[in-house]
Amino acid sequence: MNLEVILRAGLSTGTILIFAAIGEILTERAGIQNLGVEGMMLLGAMAAFKTSLATGSPWLGLLAGIAAGGILSLAHGLVTIHFQADQVVSGLSLSFLGTGLALVLGEGLTGQNAPLIPTADFPLLSRIPYIGPIFFTNFNILVYVGYLFIPLAWFFIYRTRPGMHLRAVGEKPSAADTLGVNVYAVRYFYTFIGGCLAGLAGATISIAVSPGWYSNLTTSGQGWIAVALVIFAQWNPLRAALGGYLFGMLRRFMLDLQGPMVLLGMRNPFFYDHNLVFFLQMTPFILTIVALVWGSRAAMRKRLGAPAALGVPYVRGERGL
Amino acid sequence: MKLPFRVEIEQRTRDIPKWMPFVTSLSAVILAFIISGIILAVIGGNPFQVYAYFFTAAFGSWGALSDVIVKATPLLLIGLGCGLAFKMKLWNIGAEGQFYIGAFCASLVVLVPLVPLETTPKFLVLLLMGLLGMIGGAIYGLIPGILKAKFNVSEIITTLMLNYIAVNWNNYWIFGKFSDAGFQMTPTFDKVAWLPRLSDLAKQYRVFSGITLHLGVVFGLVAAIIIWLIVRYSRWGYEINLIGDNPRAARYAGINITRNIVLVFMVSGALAGLAGMSEVTGVVHRLQERISTNYGFSGVIVAWLAKLNPFATILVSFLFGALIVAGREIQPSGLSFFIQGTILFLVISSDVLLRYRIRILRQTRETA
Repeated sequence: MNLEVILRAGLSTGTILIFAAIGEILTERAGIQNLGVEGMMLLGAMAAFKTSLATGSPWLGLLAGIAAGGILSLAHGLVTIHFQADQVVSGLSLSFLGTGLALVLGEGLTGQNAPLIPTADFPLLSRIPYIGPIFFTNFNILVYVGYLFIPLAWFFIYRTRPGMHLRAVGEKPSAADTLGVNVYAVRYFYTFIGGCLAGLAGATISIAVSPGWYSNLTTSGQGWIAVALVIFAQWNPLRAALGGYLFGMLRRFMLDLQGPMVLLGMRNPFFYDHNLVFFLQMTPFILTIVALVWGSRAAMRKRLGAPAALGVPYVRGERGL
Repeated sequence: MKLPFRVEIEQRTRDIPKWMPFVTSLSAVILAFIISGIILAVIGGNPFQVYAYFFTAAFGSWGALSDVIVKATPLLLIGLGCGLAFKMKLWNIGAEGQFYIGAFCASLVVLVPLVPLETTPKFLVLLLMGLLGMIGGAIYGLIPGILKAKFNVSEIITTLMLNYIAVNWNNYWIFGKFSDAGFQMTPTFDKVAWLPRLSDLAKQYRVFSGITLHLGVVFGLVAAIIIWLIVRYSRWGYEINLIGDNPRAARYAGINITRNIVLVFMVSGALAGLAGMSEVTGVVHRLQERISTNYGFSGVIVAWLAKLNPFATILVSFLFGALIVAGREIQPSGLSFFIQGTILFLVISSDVLLRYRIRILRQTRETA
């Protein structure tokens, strides 16, 4: 068990969660809850892998993954924004739709090798002693994109005018509307952006971090963990990033725990009884629940919780939020 | 450019006719099959051939029809439980996990064994298994219920996470403790723990030979009637409806919301647990991996399609049973999943027609 290996694995697998979670944060900030992240991610992973395989260009694959997630999310947008359908049910069916579509279109992709997003060193920063080799060397490029994306997302939401409009639409759409913000357009736009980022997260899996197409095991529930991460992060990209990287590290730690024969001076039970691995596999999900309980209590205490209009359809001229 | 017509959407002021929700849902289902057919044609399949095959695979013979009902049974039980929770706007998406834990607890009766299997009468063994299955499911439903009621933790996420936990929990016992000679399943249950099937009567009536229909479907039908009675006639059903429609009014009326959240979650979990028990005792006769083909999620769709009505749930779960039976035999394998998602999507979109009138008006000079 090597701390540096765990840290680096966390940074690379955490990138997946961070793209998906920040995408969902942007969508929910606009007042739309999209539970279809898992479906959009899987479709994005499939589209990216298939396109990269067909064209030989991982960059085209990346674009295809992003587009696939975005286009699928528009279905959710139409149904919830214009038809005012229940967002939970619509999001769930989006998950089914995306998963089913990805499985249908992904027939025969298993076991193939597609060109992958290249790895590289971050210019200049990779030469910093100690920090450089851990954080800025020999990662696939999307990991560095993630580094830059986190502060940008935070700055956008809290420090720019469009970010303020976004928050206003999620908190009090009628007030935003009065001030001339087009509530419907903003909601469509961020639903789309959230879908694009979920697609990007999927592409990050299939053509960068753990390459390949393993039907619905490709995402294996990470889309749902991303949705949970949003609540834990209290809709703040910086906290989502922290949670995402920690989660990635934890997953690697669980894997490494089965390696050594002796653990903390004692017989390592995970080495001797391989069936205990099922308990290790439970842990991320248990921790998600624990984090949610803790996050929900903190959110209640600090009154920093969900956007006030989250999940509430907006109808012009009707009473409501 | 001016179009020769314009589309106007206005809120309905008068009550809609009774047949309308049924017709819009039915058209949505048909449209879902058409869209899936188009997708199938695009990827190079022949939709007519596939659908014809679909139909014979599901309704082509008595055996196929009985398979459909067998598949519909867990969907019915889960759909009823989810429907009850949805009435209170509680999104129990954890039926999958409650199903697995129910199956696990019921199996303990045989695997430990909790009672001497040689001497205990069959009905007592099955009764115990049913009870344990329901208790297991109820306890597993209690967890998200308490977290929701006490700490306001989103039940959507907790129930989902609990699904993954339940699958791993079962796997530990299947692989580690009760494995049949290292295989990924437990030994076959003693016959005393098998739910009666129609094929048991094959000696007297030749027609029933090979018909796998088992007693579980009766559990489902009885549960449907009980849920209907509760929701329609009992004080508790009234409270559930009131909390779902207007939680604030319910609180002012002195209804204990916390208690009801926990209770509804437990009932919902118990029904899913019973579905798990019915599946291990009626179909697979052992505990193994993947006893559910996403029943938990399909059950959510079933409940919603049935508009949370217990009797409609019977009908819809039959349709979805057919979809699953046909779906396991056709390629590509994700198709039945895709059709389910499309159906739900179109049904919730079609609901807009119930609330709004869409009028297409001719554009005249004056109005333009």
